[in-house]
Amino acid sequence: MTPRTLLHLALLLALPPLLLGVVNRTKAVLAGRRGPPVLQHYFDLAKLLRKGAVYSRTTSWVFRAGPVVGLAAIATAGLLLSMGGAPAALTFDGDFVLFAYLLGLARFVTALAALDTGSPFEGMGAAREVTFASLAEPALFLCLLVLARATGSLSLGGMLGPALPAAWDHAAPALALAAIGLFVLALAENARIPVDDPNTHLELTMIHEVMVLDHGGPDLAFILYGAAMKLFLFGAILSRIVLGHCEGALASEALLLAGVLGFGVGVGLVESFMARLRMNRVPQLLVGASVLSAFALVLLLR
Amino acid sequence: MILACLAGAIALPALSGLAAAGLARRPALAQGTACALLCAGAALGAGAGAAVLAGARAEAAELGFRLDGVGAVFLVAICAVAAAGAVYGLRYHRQAEARGAAVRVQLFYGLAVAGMVALVAASNAIVFLVGWEVMALANFFLVLTDHDRPEAQRGAFLFLMATHVGTLALFAVFALLRQAAGSFDFAAMAGLPAGGALGTRVFLLALVGFGLKAGLVPFHFWLPPAHAAAPSHVSALMSGVVVKTGIYGLLRVTGLFDGIPPWWGAAVLAAGGASAVIGVALALAQHDLKRLLAFHTVENVGIIALGAGLGLLGRARGEPALVLLGFAGAALHVVNHALFKSLLFLGAGAIQHATGTRELDRLGGLARGMRATAILFAIGAAAIAGLPPLNGFVSEWLVYLGFLRALGRPGGLAFAAVGAPLLALAGGLAAACFAKVLGVVFLGTPRTAEAEGAHEPPGVMLAPMAALAAACAAIGLAPAALVPPLGRAAADWSRLPAHLLAGPAEEAAAGAARVSAVALALLALVAAAWALRRRRLAARPAAPAVETWSCGFSAPTPRIQYTGSSFAELLVARFRWAVPVRREGELPRGPFPATASFRTHVLDPVLDLALVPAALAYRWLSDRARRLNVRRIQLQMLLVLATLVAVLGWGFVWWPIP
Repeated sequence: MTPRTLLHLALLLALPPLLLGVVNRTKAVLAGRRGPPVLQHYFDLAKLLRKGAVYSRTTSWVFRAGPVVGLAAIATAGLLLSMGGAPAALTFDGDFVLFAYLLGLARFVTALAALDTGSPFEGMGAAREVTFASLAEPALFLCLLVLARATGSLSLGGMLGPALPAAWDHAAPALALAAIGLFVLALAENARIPVDDPNTHLELTMIHEVMVLDHGGPDLAFILYGAAMKLFLFGAILSRIVLGHCEGALASEALLLAGVLGFGVGVGLVESFMARLRMNRVPQLLVGASVLSAFALVLLLR
Repeated sequence: MILACLAGAIALPALSGLAAAGLARRPALAQGTACALLCAGAALGAGAGAAVLAGARAEAAELGFRLDGVGAVFLVAICAVAAAGAVYGLRYHRQAEARGAAVRVQLFYGLAVAGMVALVAASNAIVFLVGWEVMALANFFLVLTDHDRPEAQRGAFLFLMATHVGTLALFAVFALLRQAAGSFDFAAMAGLPAGGALGTRVFLLALVGFGLKAGLVPFHFWLPPAHAAAPSHVSALMSGVVVKTGIYGLLRVTGLFDGIPPWWGAAVLAAGGASAVIGVALALAQHDLKRLLAFHTVENVGIIALGAGLGLLGRARGEPALVLLGFAGAALHVVNHALFKSLLFLGAGAIQHATGTRELDRLGGLARGMRATAILFAIGAAAIAGLPPLNGFVSEWLVYLGFLRALGRPGGLAFAAVGAPLLALAGGLAAACFAKVLGVVFLGTPRTAEAEGAHEPPGVMLAPMAALAAACAAIGLAPAALVPPLGRAAADWSRLPAHLLAGPAEEAAAGAARVSAVALALLALVAAAWALRRRRLAARPAAPAVETWSCGFSAPTPRIQYTGSSFAELLVARFRWAVPVRREGELPRGPFPATASFRTHVLDPVLDLALVPAALAYRWLSDRARRLNVRRIQLQMLLVLATLVAVLGWGFVWWPIP
C-alpha cells in the first residue's frame, strides 16, 4: 500500500460529509439563500453519534444490523476503488464486480431493515429502492464494460489508472456516453433528483429517505455517513473519467479534490434546475441509461 | 478403493428404504436405520468425489463405471444434499406419524439418490440411462407422496410427461452416438467431430432432453408445480441436485466432441440468459414460498448455463482462459446452488411445519419466534442473491470474469460480454426477490394467528440447515482452494491438455484469494462498526421500546404492511412481457363503492399460454376426426389406406437418397 493509497483512504473517510455540504451550498446559492454551513453534516453526524436510539417493538436484530452492515459494505467497496489514478488498496481482475455487489449488499440490508419496522411507508420505500436498483444494475455493468474495453484492463485500478487518459484518444465518443450514463446512475443510486428528492416532506413520494424513517442516533449516523460515502465513490469515478490526469502526485491530488467537489456542484446544479420525475417515469430513465451505455459498448466492439 | 466407495454410495442409499420397510413395527428405529444407511452411502460418495477431485482416477470399464472430475463435482453436491435432506426428514416427515407415506418417501428417496450417483459415475450410455430412469421414476413417486392432493397429482403428471419426453430425446441422442462410434461406451464416443450433421442433431436433441430435466426456459414449465408439491426435503433434493443432472448430461455429451462450432456456445448462452432473467422475473411474481424458490432454480440453472456456454465458446475459439472460467463458474455454481437452494427449501419446510402455510402474505414477523431459522434462511437468501461474502458471489464472479475475458478478445467473441449485464440484471432482481421473501415472511408483524404462534423447529431439523449454511459461508470466505480441482475437472471436460488450463487456473485462484481478503475486510469492518455502535449506545440509558412510527397513524394493524405482491408489483409490471398475470374481481367504482374484490393469479407463459391451449386444440381436432369415420366401413377403410399411403409416401419424398 503506497502512501498515496493511504491518503486516499483517509480522504474517503473524511470528505464525504463535505461533499454533501457542497451540494447543499450550491443549491442554496442558486436559490438565493444563505443555506447551512458547508460543514453542517459533520455537526449532524457528531450530534447523532452522541444520541441514544429509540427502537420500535416490531423490530428485530435485522433492524439493528442493517446500518452497521450497510456502512461496512460501502466502506469495503471504497477499499477497491482507485482514486486519482493511484493504485487501490486491493486490486485484481474482476474487482469491479465485487464493488458493485458490495453496494448491492448495502442496499439489501437497508431494505431489510426498512421492512423490519412493519410500516407501510418503509415497505413502499424498500420496494421502490430495490426496483430502481435492479434496473440500474445492467447500466452500471455496461458502463464498466465500456471502461474495461477502452482501457484493456479488467480491474478498477487499471480501468481508472494511467490507461484511462490515453483511452480518450481512441474511444472518446464511447467514454463520453458512458460518463453520461454513469452520471445518471450516480443520481439514481444516491437518491438524488430527478429520481428521488432528499428534501421532500411527503413520505408517500420518498424512496431512500422513507426507508430510514425509524432509525435514530448512531444508526442514523451510520446510514447518513454511508450514503455520503457512496456519493463520494461515484464522484471519484466520474471525476477520474472526465478530468483525465496531470503530471505529479500533488497536482493529481488537487485534481481529484477539484473533481469530486465539482461533482458535488454538478449534482447541486441538477437539483436546482430539474424537478423530480414521476415515479413511473424513473424506470424509463434507467433503461435509457442502459441503452446509452449499450450504445457506447457497441461503438467499441464494432 | 474409490470404486468400492462408489459401489457403497450406490448400494447403501438404494437399500436404505428396505430398512424402513422391514422394521416398520418400530418406526423410529426403522427411520433412524434408513437415515444412517443413506448418510453412510453419502459419506462414501463424497469421499470418492473428493479423492477424484484431488487427482485420483477411478475406472471400472467392464462394469460401466468411471468417475472423472466432471462427475465428481456433481457427486459431491448430490451426497451433501442427500444426507442433509435425510437427517431433516427424521423429524419433518416422521415414520411414527406418516407410516406408509414415510416408508414410501424413504424408499424412493434412496432410489433417487442411488440413480443419480450411478448416472454421474457411468462410463456407458446404458448405465447412464438406467440411472436416469431410476432417478426419474423415483422422483415421480416422491412428488406423489401426498397423492390425494390435486396439487400433487398435477405436479407429478407434469413431471412424468416432461421427463418422458426428455428421455425420448436422450434415446435418440445415444442411438445416434452409438451409430457413429460403434459402441455405447463414452470412451469410444470421445473425439467425435462436432461439425457435421451428426453433431448438430445430437446437440439439439441433447439441449431438449437435458434442458427439460434442467428446467431451462422454455422447458421449465413442469418444474415449479412438481417441486412445490413434494415434501420440503424432497424439494431440496429435486431443486438442489436432480435438475443438475440435466446440466451434467449436457456437459457430458458436449464433452464427447471435438471441434465444437461457436454456435453451440451461443445457443447455450442464449438459453442461459433467457432462463436467468425470465426465471427470476417469474419468481418475483409468486405468492407461494416453494413455487418462488422453484422459479429461482430456473434462474440459477440459467446462470450455470451461462458459464457452460462460455466454456463451449472458449473451446470453439481455442481460448483456455474462457474454458476454465466458464466451466469453473458453472461447476462451482452447481455445488453452491445445491447448498443454498436446499438450505432455503429446508427453511421453507420449517416455516410450513411451524405455521401450516406457505402463502407469503399469510406470514410475517417469524424472526421473533424462529430466530435460528431466520438467521439460517437469511444466509441462504444472501447467498442465492449472489451477495458477498457468501458462496453465490464466488461462482457468479467466475462467470463474470469469463465474460470479461471474452470482452478483450477480437471479433465476435467480444459480443459474448453482453451476458454480463444480463447476469447483473438477474442478480439485482434476485436480491429484490429475496428482500421481499425475508421482509414479508420474517420481518414486520405477524399477519395471521398462525404466523403469530410460529415456533422453532427441533434441533434435528436445524442441524442440517446449519451445516449447509456453514458450507455456504466457508466457500464464500475461502474459495481459492477450490479453483485447482475445478481446473482439473475443466481439463477432463474440455479435452484440452491440463497445462493449457494451469495458467488461467492460477490467475483465477489468485483473484479468488483477493476476494476472500475483501470478504474478511468486510467482516472486520462490520465488527468494528458494531463495536462502535455498542459503545455509543452504552453511553446512554436505553430508551423504552415504542410503536413503529407510521407517520402519525395511531392504530396500526398488521394489514397495513406492504404485502409480497405489493412489494413486487413495480418490478412485475416491468416484466409483463414475460410474466402474464390474470386479474379478477370488481374494482371499487363510483363515489360510494359497495363491494370490491381483487385477486391476481400468475400464469406460466409456457404452460398456461402455449402448452395447455395446444393440448385443448389437439383434443378438439381429435374429436372432429373421430366423428368423421364412424358411419360406413368403406369410408373407414379408405381413411386407413390414405393414412398408410401418406405415411409411407412421405418417406419416399422426404428422405434423401444416399
